[in-house]
Amino acid sequence: MYQYDQYDQAMVDARVAEFRDQVRRRLDGSLPEEEFRHLRLKNGLYLQLHAYMLRVAIPYGTLNSKQMHMLAHIARKYDKGYGHFTTRQNIQYNWIKLEDAPDILAELATVEMHAIQTSGNCIRNISSDQFAGAAADEIADPRPWAELLRQWSTFHPEFQLLPRKFKIAVIASPSDRAAMRLHDIGIELVKNDAGVLGAKFFAGGGMGRTPMIAPMIREWVPAEELISYAEACLRVYNRHGRRDNKYKARIKILVHEIGADEYRRQVEEEFAHMKTLGLDPPAAELERISAFFRDPPFEQGLSDDIDRSDPDFAVWVDQNTHPHRVPGYTSLTISLKPAGGIPGDATAEQIDLMAELARDYAFDELRVTHAQNIVLAHVRKADLYAIWQKLDDAGLATANLDLIGDMIACPGLDYCSLANARSIPVAQKISERFADTGRQRELGELKLKISGCINACGHHHAGHIGILGVDKKGLENYQLLLGGSGAEDVSLARIVGPGFDEDGIVNAVETVTNVYLGAREPGERFVDTYRRIGMQPFKEALYG
Amino acid sequence: MKILTGNDLKTGDVIWWAGDTRWSRHLADSVDAGDEAEAILKREEAARRVNVPYVVDGKQTDQGPMPLHIKERIRAFGPTVRTDLAINTSIPIVKV
Ligand code: SF4
Repeated sequence: MYQYDQYDQAMVDARVAEFRDQVRRRLDGSLPEEEFRHLRLKNGLYLQLHAYMLRVAIPYGTLNSKQMHMLAHIARKYDKGYGHFTTRQNIQYNWIKLEDAPDILAELATVEMHAIQTSGNCIRNISSDQFAGAAADEIADPRPWAELLRQWSTFHPEFQLLPRKFKIAVIASPSDRAAMRLHDIGIELVKNDAGVLGAKFFAGGGMGRTPMIAPMIREWVPAEELISYAEACLRVYNRHGRRDNKYKARIKILVHEIGADEYRRQVEEEFAHMKTLGLDPPAAELERISAFFRDPPFEQGLSDDIDRSDPDFAVWVDQNTHPHRVPGYTSLTISLKPAGGIPGDATAEQIDLMAELARDYAFDELRVTHAQNIVLAHVRKADLYAIWQKLDDAGLATANLDLIGDMIACPGLDYCSLANARSIPVAQKISERFADTGRQRELGELKLKISGCINACGHHHAGHIGILGVDKKGLENYQLLLGGSGAEDVSLARIVGPGFDEDGIVNAVETVTNVYLGAREPGERFVDTYRRIGMQPFKEALYG
Repeated sequence: MKILTGNDLKTGDVIWWAGDTRWSRHLADSVDAGDEAEAILKREEAARRVNVPYVVDGKQTDQGPMPLHIKERIRAFGPTVRTDLAINTSIPIVKV
C-alpha cells in the first residue's frame, strides 16, 4: 500500500489546521454559511437530513487495518457507532457535529487519511478494481496509476473549480468491476502486441439525470504520458464545460453536444501542447510509487484444496471468493448485505473485526468495493474456514455476492437531503423477500441497484434491475428499470412503465424475476434473457 | 401552520422553533410562526442559533404539530430504518 511521504503528510496536516480555523470562524460568526459552505464541502462535510455528514476518502478503496480501526474509532467516538460504505468506495458518517469535525480530521490525518475532495466541483476519489493486484485476469496492477492520479488531482490548482464534480476510474482487466465507462473519465490499462503497457481512455460517461456511456476517446496512450493525456481531457472540459446550467455541466453533456470526434480533436491539440511541458512524472517517481504495490510475501506451493464438509461454508466459498493469480490464495468479499439489513452499513465492532481479519489473514489490507462490500484481496484458502467462522459470529458471512440480495442502495430519504424517496426500506424488503440463499442462487447473477433520486448514487441505470425513487405529489413512488449493466457489457437500464408504491415495487421485482425464470435459456443471466426477449414480456407481466 | 426548522449550528441537530428565541430538538415543542415566519428566520439566523433555517408547512394533529412532507417528518423523528436512533418512535412517520 502507498505510504505518505513528508509532502503528503504536510499537506494533509496543513489542511486540518486551515479547516480548524474556518470552523472556529464559522462558530464565532465571522464566516457566514454562504462562505463557509464550499469550504466545508471541500473537506467532505455536508449538511444532511439529521446532522452534518462527513465523507472520508478511501483512495481507490484501499486501506490498512490501522486505518480501518480508525474508521471504527470515529464511528464510536464521534458518530452513533456505525458508518456507511459508499458507491465511491468511501465511507460516510451521518451524525457528525460541526464542532467535532476538526478533531476528526486531525485523528484521520494520524493514519494518513482525510476527507479532501470528497465533495465539490473537483476531481473526486479515484476509483478502481477491488481485486487490483490479485485478480487472475488482470494485465497489470492499476493501483500505482490510481495513486499517481490521486497525487496529480489532489489540490491541482487548475481543477479546483471545475464546472461540476469529476470522477475517474482506472481498471486493468477485461472484466470491468468498477463501472469504468460510467465515469467522467474511464481508463483501461492495456498491453499492445509487444507487451508494452498503455491506456485506453474513455470520456463523457456518467449516471445521474442524463446517463451516458463514455465513448472511447483514444485507444492507446503510452503509459508514461497518461497524466498529460488526462490533463488534456480535463483542460478541454474545464474550458468548454457549461457553467451556466448545473444540469448540463458534466463532461458527458459536453462530449455529447460537440460530439466525441470534436472533443477528441481538441484533446489531441491540447495533448500535443501538454507533452512539451514535461508534466509526466519521471520514471524514478513512477518506480517509487509502484514499489509500494509490490506483491506481499505470498507463500509458494500452497494447495488449492478446501475442506467443504460444512455446507454453509461451502456455499459462502462458492459465492464470495474470486480467483487469485497465486495458487493457494483467493480474494474474499465480505458482504455488507445481510437479509433485511442496510446495504453498506457496518457497526464499529464489525469494522474492527474486519480490520483484525485483514491484519491476521490478508497482509494487512482491505478494499471497499463500489458495490458497498469489503474485500480481503489476498487470503490463503487454508484460512477461509477460520475467517468464515469469525465473520459468521459477527453477522458478516452472508453468501450473496452478485446475487439479488447483494444490492446497491443509496442512503435515500432516510438520510439524504436531496432524496425524493427512501431507498433503504425497499432494499430491506426485497432482501427479505429473497432471503433464501438457494432461491437467490437459482436466480443467478442479478445486480439490483436502488437510488432515492435522479442523482443516481445507487447506480440504478447500471442495474440489471434498477429502482428509482421519485416524488409523486408528495408521496414516495418507485420506477422500475431493466437491462442496465456497469460491467464490461455496459448498458443503460430503461424504465418499464408507471411506478409503484413501496410494496408494489417489491412485488414488481418478484414478478420480473419470475418472467426471467420462465423464459431463460441455459446459462443465461437475468440481463441476458432481458436482452434476448426484450421489455415486452416483462411489461405484460407487470401491467397486463 | 408555518413551522420553522433548521439545524443547530454547532451540533447539526435538527431543531424546531419553539417561540421567542427558543429552539427545541422536539417537534412537539414547535409553535405556529404564522405571518412572522420570514422575519423570525432572519432574526434567528443572525443570532447564530440555527443554521440555514427555513419554513415548512404543517398542521396540528392529535400527535401535535406535524409537517406535511415526509422528509420533514423523517428529520423530526430520525431515520425510519434505525428506530433505535429515533427521537420518538410512537409517531408514525410515513403517513399522517
Ligand atoms: S441518489 Fe439521490 S437520494 Fe440517493 S444518495 Fe444520491 S442524492 Fe441522495
